Amino acid sequence: MELTSLTAAEIAAAVKNKKVSAREVVDAHLARAEKHNPVIGAFLHIDAAEARATADAVDARISRKEPVGALAGVPVALKDNLALPGQPLTCSSKILKNFKPPFTAHVVEQLQKADAVFLGKTNLDEFAMGSSTENSAMQLTRNPWNTDCVPGGSSGGSAAAVAAGFAPLALGSDTGGSIRQPASLCGCVGMKPSYGLVSRYGLVAFGSSLDQIGPFARSVEDAALIMNAISGPDRRDSTCRNTPAPDFTANLNQGVKGLKIGLPKEYFETSGLNAEVKAAVLAAVDALKKEGAELVEVSLSMLDYAVPTYYIVATAEASSNLARYDGAHYGHRAEGTDNIIDLFSKTREEGFGSEVKRRIMLGTYVLSAGYYDAYYLRALKVRTRIAQDFAQAFGKADLIASPVAPETAFRFGEKTADPISMYLSDIYTISTNLAAVPAVSVPCGVDSQGMPIGLQLTAPRFGDDLMLRAAAAYEQVSGLRNRVAPLQGN
Amino acid sequence: MDYEIVIGLEVHAQLLTETKIFCGCRNKFTHEPNTNVCPVCLGQPGVLPVLNKKAFELGMKGALALNCEIPPRTKFDRKHYYYPDLPKNYQISQYDLPMSERGYLDINVDGVEKRIGITRAHLEEDAGKLMHSTDSSVVDLNRTGTPLLEIVSEPDMRSGAEAKAYLELLKLTLEYVGVSDCNMEEGSLRCDANISVRPFGQKELGTKNEIKNMNSFKGVEIALQLVAEKLFDATKKGEKIEQVTWGYSIEKQKIFKMRVKEEANDYRYFPEPDLPPVEVSREWVEQVRATLPELPRAKHTRFMDEYSLSDYDASVLMQDKPLAAYFEDVAKASGNPKDSANWVINDVAREMKERNISGISAFPVKPETLAELLALVKGNTINMPTARALFARLVQGETASPKDIVEKECLAQVSDSGALKEALEKIVAANPKQAAEIESGKHQTAMWFVGQIMKEMKGKADPQSVTQVIAERFGIDPGLLQKKK
Ligand SMILES: [Zn+2]
Repeated sequence: MELTSLTAAEIAAAVKNKKVSAREVVDAHLARAEKHNPVIGAFLHIDAAEARATADAVDARISRKEPVGALAGVPVALKDNLALPGQPLTCSSKILKNFKPPFTAHVVEQLQKADAVFLGKTNLDEFAMGSSTENSAMQLTRNPWNTDCVPGGSSGGSAAAVAAGFAPLALGSDTGGSIRQPASLCGCVGMKPSYGLVSRYGLVAFGSSLDQIGPFARSVEDAALIMNAISGPDRRDSTCRNTPAPDFTANLNQGVKGLKIGLPKEYFETSGLNAEVKAAVLAAVDALKKEGAELVEVSLSMLDYAVPTYYIVATAEASSNLARYDGAHYGHRAEGTDNIIDLFSKTREEGFGSEVKRRIMLGTYVLSAGYYDAYYLRALKVRTRIAQDFAQAFGKADLIASPVAPETAFRFGEKTADPISMYLSDIYTISTNLAAVPAVSVPCGVDSQGMPIGLQLTAPRFGDDLMLRAAAAYEQVSGLRNRVAPLQGN
Repeated sequence: MDYEIVIGLEVHAQLLTETKIFCGCRNKFTHEPNTNVCPVCLGQPGVLPVLNKKAFELGMKGALALNCEIPPRTKFDRKHYYYPDLPKNYQISQYDLPMSERGYLDINVDGVEKRIGITRAHLEEDAGKLMHSTDSSVVDLNRTGTPLLEIVSEPDMRSGAEAKAYLELLKLTLEYVGVSDCNMEEGSLRCDANISVRPFGQKELGTKNEIKNMNSFKGVEIALQLVAEKLFDATKKGEKIEQVTWGYSIEKQKIFKMRVKEEANDYRYFPEPDLPPVEVSREWVEQVRATLPELPRAKHTRFMDEYSLSDYDASVLMQDKPLAAYFEDVAKASGNPKDSANWVINDVAREMKERNISGISAFPVKPETLAELLALVKGNTINMPTARALFARLVQGETASPKDIVEKECLAQVSDSGALKEALEKIVAANPKQAAEIESGKHQTAMWFVGQIMKEMKGKADPQSVTQVIAERFGIDPGLLQKKK
C-alpha cells in the first residue's frame, strides 16, 4: 500500500481500523516531502517532530480504544497565513519572518479536534497577494506536474503539497481565487466556501470582506470531510454564520439528475480564454448533462467589472489590514532610525515586497479624501450589482459552471512583468468572492502539454453542500480523482 | 464692533464595562504595563474584533440620558492614523452612522437656562499610553480597547462658564446613569474644545482653535478664557486668526501652543469589514431606556416641587446622587423636608467633610435616626442646642436611638412655665441692675435673661416658653422679643 497515494478518507479508515498506524502514515508523507520539497518548494517549514508526536498520540488513543476524530492520523498542510502556535506565521513576508503567533486559528483548533496531523506551513504569495506564488519573499514553489511552471497562487504551496502527495489535505485561503486557481493549475480539488461558513479567526487578513479559508484535496469526498471539520459558528468571528453547518458528506452520492446548471455566456466569450480550457470545461458540462442535469444559459454581465472592482475593494481593505506591520510591536524592525516615522517607513520599505507595496498604495489612494466616492464607494455599488447578477442567475439555475482560470499553468516569469495580465488570471474566480457565494474547482482534464484544467462550479450562498454533490457526481464520471503527480526520481 | 466666542466640546468618557469593547480582557486599570492585554487588543495578525454587547448597551444608556435619538441601524468604521499607541494603526470608531445623535443638555448659568445641543455620541476603542524618557519611548497597551463614548456638542456655548456648566452636567448625568465614573484627573473623562470668535449676528464660525487635554473643570474654564482673550485681542487688532491647537498646563494654569495649522488629517474612514452593522430594535432601545434612573435636572425640579426646596438646596442635593437619596429618606421618615434639607446640606455635609467621609453610604448616622432627631426638635421635645449635641454624639458612634437618649438622660426641654417663672424670679432677685434695665424699656436685656434661664435649666429650657415668661414678667409685647432663633 502506497500510503502517500491514499485519500484522506482511506487514511482515516485504515488508521481507525488499525490497518496502518498514524505514525506510519505521517512518516511516509514526511519522507516524500523531505525528498521532494527541495525541488517543489511547497513547504516553507516542516515540523516533523511535532507531526510524529501528534501521530503517536492518535495511535496511543486508538490502542486504548478511545474514540478518535474523523480525520484521525490524516496529514494536513497549512497555508502559512494560518496561526498555529509554536510554528512561524510568515505570510511569506520578510516583515513577519520571525513572528510566532501566541494563539490558534479556529480552523486549526477544529482540525486538532478531528485528530488531523499538521505537517507544516506552505508557501504563498506574500500576504496572499498574487496568482503564481512568485510573490513569496521566501522561495519559489513549482508545479508538481511540470516544475518549469507555476503552481498558481496565492495558495500555491498548499496546492502543490496536495498534488505532489506530500499531504492528502491542505488548507488555503481564497480572496479572489487563491484556492481555486492553484487547485485548477495543480489538478486537485479546491474549494472557496460561502463567506461566513468558515471562521476567519487566525487567518491573517488580506481583504476581510472577501477572505475565506478552504480546503485542497485530491477527491471531492476528502474536501467534504475537511469541510465538516472546519465549518460552523465561531463567536470570535462576527462575520461567521451563527447556524450549524450541514454534513457535507451526507448527499455526495445523490447525483445531478434534475439539477439546472447555468452556463454564463460571458465567461465563455472572454478573449483570453484558452481554446483547450474552453473545450475541456464544455466537455465536463456535457458529461453533467448526460448524468441528468439540465443546462441553461445565464448571464453574468458584470464580468468585465469584476477585476477592477476587486482591485479597489481588496486593496482598500489590505491597505488597512497591513497598516499594523510597523516594527513597533512585533515582526521585522528596521535598524538605525531615530524617530518613529522613520522607523515605520523604513520597516515597511524593507519588509514588504513590491506587489504588496503596490496594493497598499492603490488601497490607500482609493480611500483618500476626494477619491473615496469615485473609487471605493463606486466599487461597493458595482459589488452589489455583481451580487444581484448572481442572484438573478440563481433564479434560473441551481449551480453555475465555468472555467476556473483562462489558462493552464504558465511558466515562471511569464506574467511577473505585467501585473494586469497576472490579475486577469483570476477573472473567473473574483466575482464569487465579491458576491460571497461558494465555488469549487474540480479537475476536468489536461491540455496537450499534460497540464491540469479545472471546472468551476458555483452555488448560491450557503449552497456549498449542493455544490460539492455536483462536483462529486462529475468526479465520478470523469474518473479524474486522486491523481498524485509522478515526481522525478520517484 | 462686538464679538462673541463660540465653543463646542468633544468629550470622551470611558465606559464602566466588565470587559473591553472588542475583546475579553478586563476593563480595569492595571499597573504593570502590558499585562491586561490579549492578541485582539494587541492587534496581532489574524485576530478579529467582537463587539461587547454590554458596551453597546452602556453607550446607548449614556446617549439616552443625554436625550439622544438612537437610529435603527449603526455601524463601525476604521479611522486610520499611524501612532505607536495604536497597535493596528487604525482605531475602530464610528463615522457616518453613529449609534446616537441629536441630543441636548439644559444647563443653568446664574439662573439662566440654556439648551446645549449634542450632535452625536458614538462608540470607539481607546488607545494605549506612551511614556517618554530622554532617549526612548515605551508603550503600555493595557488601556487599548477600553470602550469610549465620544460626545460631540454643537458649538452652542458662548463662555467658559457655559462650557464648564455643560461639562459638569454631562459628567453628573453620566455618573447618575452609572455608565462612567468620569474621573477627569485619571482620564476616564477627557475633554477637548473647539473655540472661535465672530462678530455678533454673524452666522459663519470664525477660524477655529482647538484646546487639548484640559483635564479638570477649572482647567476647561481657564483655558477657554485664556484662548478667548487671545482671539479677542487678535480680532480687535484686525489680525488674521491662526488655526492653533493649544495645550493646557494644570500646574501653571497656562496655555501653550502645540501646533499651528496642521494639514487636514485624512483618516481614510471606511466601514469595518470585521463587524457587521448593528440593527437596533425599538424594543431594545425601550428596554435600555427603562433602566434609566431619574436624571439630575428632573431630580432638581422634583425636589423643588415635591419638597418645596429652594433652588439652591435642590441644586446642592442634585450634585450628589447618594446624598440626595439620603435626604429623601430623611424627609420621608421625618415628614419634614425643609429641616431635612437644612440638616443634610449643612450638618451632615459639614461632618462628612470634617471627618473625611467620602460617601454618604459610610456616614454613621442612618436616615431614620436623623429623622427621629428632627422629629424631636419639631415636636418641641428638645431644643436646638440639645439636638446638635445629640447629633454630634451620633456621628461619633452613639448607637442608642435619640428618643431613648432623651428619655434616659432627661434631655427633654422644660416648657413648664411654673419652673421657668421660679428660675426667673431667682435671677431677677440676684441681678437688680439688669432687672432695672429691662423695666426701663431696654428690651435687649431680655436676651441676657434668656441666657441666664437656659443656664439655670441646664440648656433644656424651651426658648419660646422662656421668652413668653420674660415677656409676661416685665409686661413686654412678646412679639418684640420674637427675634432670630
Ligand atoms: Zn484584549
